[in-house]
Amino acid sequence: MSLRNIGIVYRKELTEALRDRRTLVSSILIPLFLFPILTFGIGYAFVEIAGEATREPSKIMILGGEDSPDVVKDLREARNLRVVRRSADYVDLISDKKIRAAVDIPPGFQAGIVRGDHPEVKIYIFKDDLKSMLGASRIEKLFTEYRDAMVRGRLASENLPESLMKPFDIDQQNVVSDEKVAGESYGGLITYLVILMCMTGAMYPAMDLTAGEKERGTMETILSSPIERTHLVFGKFLVVLTASLATATLSVISMGGSFAILSRFARDQSMGEGFPMLTMHPKTVLAVFVMALPVAVLFSAVLMTISLFAKTFKEAQSYLTPMTFVVIVPAIAAVLPGIELTSKLALVPILNVSLLCKELVTGTYHWNYIALIFFCTCLYAGVALFLAVKMFQRESVLFSS
Amino acid sequence: MIEVRNLSKYFRDKKRGEIRAVDGVSFRCLPGQIYGLLGANGAGKTTTLRMLATILEPTGGTAIVCGHDIVEHPERVRADVGFLSTATALYPRLTARELVQYFGRLNGLDDAILKTRVDKIFDRLDMNGFRDRRCDKLSTGMKQKTSIARTLVHDPAVMIFDEPTLGLDIMTARTITAFIRECRDLGKTVIFSTHIMSEVEKLCDVIGIIQNGKLLAEGSLQQLREKYGEQDLEEIFVKVVAPHYVSSEDH
Repeated sequence: MSLRNIGIVYRKELTEALRDRRTLVSSILIPLFLFPILTFGIGYAFVEIAGEATREPSKIMILGGEDSPDVVKDLREARNLRVVRRSADYVDLISDKKIRAAVDIPPGFQAGIVRGDHPEVKIYIFKDDLKSMLGASRIEKLFTEYRDAMVRGRLASENLPESLMKPFDIDQQNVVSDEKVAGESYGGLITYLVILMCMTGAMYPAMDLTAGEKERGTMETILSSPIERTHLVFGKFLVVLTASLATATLSVISMGGSFAILSRFARDQSMGEGFPMLTMHPKTVLAVFVMALPVAVLFSAVLMTISLFAKTFKEAQSYLTPMTFVVIVPAIAAVLPGIELTSKLALVPILNVSLLCKELVTGTYHWNYIALIFFCTCLYAGVALFLAVKMFQRESVLFSS
Repeated sequence: MIEVRNLSKYFRDKKRGEIRAVDGVSFRCLPGQIYGLLGANGAGKTTTLRMLATILEPTGGTAIVCGHDIVEHPERVRADVGFLSTATALYPRLTARELVQYFGRLNGLDDAILKTRVDKIFDRLDMNGFRDRRCDKLSTGMKQKTSIARTLVHDPAVMIFDEPTLGLDIMTARTITAFIRECRDLGKTVIFSTHIMSEVEKLCDVIGIIQNGKLLAEGSLQQLREKYGEQDLEEIFVKVVAPHYVSSEDH
């Protein structure tokens, strides 16, 4: 094995790749700018919409309540509610988002409470619509306060302590580290991103260095030089691998940065309750990349081998597009809740690394799985690389044009 | 020197079965000589030359190029061969100088020797005006010069040209033919394939006529004229090939 020759091919292919606009766009620009644009675009829109909904009063309608003036007065005077005139088409108005909710106060509501009846207030909403849910929660809060005030008054009149209303408290306490919390929230997403970007980054150079070379007529030129085909494949393969890892690294950096800024922005906007900060220990980052390395090798070798069968760049594209789904499905499966790493799943390529990385991001290290999955993925990657070398020695593949 | 011994190449085709692209060809090509392989399209010229350049592996037979067997030591053969054809394109995103340097390095030249060699070739071929221009920005003539520089950079003893003037304008074609003559004058072993009779008449010391993968006639132009009783090479070619002619599509 001549490292000198592999190095010569690597440097030349890398120089060409860096001069190619399409490679630069797919391997550097997209991972660097896609996530900030997506995160800030979607995130900013969400924070703005949520902020606006919080600031503006909810438009609601009161149905009934003629004989319950105190409650109606409270509703009308609430700063975060704006009561509109009653009309029979309140269902349509809620559906059309012209009003956010309608509250139905039953006849004799106030008197019924005094008598000890158990009247029921109904709130009509547009389920899962942010503004409608917010309006409903505001109405509910007002009624809850009304109820509590009433109970407090009754207790006071009977000389009973207020603690009877709430004999004990319940408090949820988080006992795990911020890293684990963030890992649970974003672990699947980061893993999915790393795997997908390893694939995306490798795809364009794999096609360009094989089918592209055939299409441009340079395959015969290079094959007439004294370099061994194995060295040629390794040189090309290392460039594809470089692109794959560079794309994945840039994507994670870009996404991490975007998330950090967005988390801070959300907290500044008082939206930050339950918004976990993405904090990853350097050891975790390193572990994810160590596991991603054989995956990138696997993708680079497989994509090169498949592309080599194509006569043109376009043909290679049509061969590789279905590969995206082969990768996305197991990567998404790992993100789904409830799927956990087992010894059988540890043998399934891509899915195994996805599941393992998800655990690594939460700071959980199952060393037996790490060893098994690393070994398996290296084995698959080795087989794929061996196939790529073999294909480069087949005349029927190299000269299929 | 090139010594071709019973060289064969068969391809498998799903529809047509076994295709004998080259079928037991033997000939010798000596240093300081130009050997012209003359044949119609699909006669087996390109396959023969690709095997000599070790781009394709023979099905049977072998050839000795500069003392190295093409089957046993293909890398050593390639180190002694310069191969130029219309199919050997240039890397579009490299400059002319980078491309020639790349092939020099692949041929094991160290940086000091490479620099001297590249400067010398670029001076000789008058390439300094475009040495740092990317290959995709070069004219056809400039590209041909760059290809020539690429084949010359490791100073090979054997030059193989596969239809090197195909599709070129007259001025560019003349650059190539002048270069082929120069290689002979430098004592290199030169083999080239073509179906252009005038090129063969002007350049070749020995002519081999190939058809259906078989070498049907061989000799100097004078020897062929005497043997077939014709002065015009085209007439000689037709006389040799006609009894065996099958169109390339059928072959």
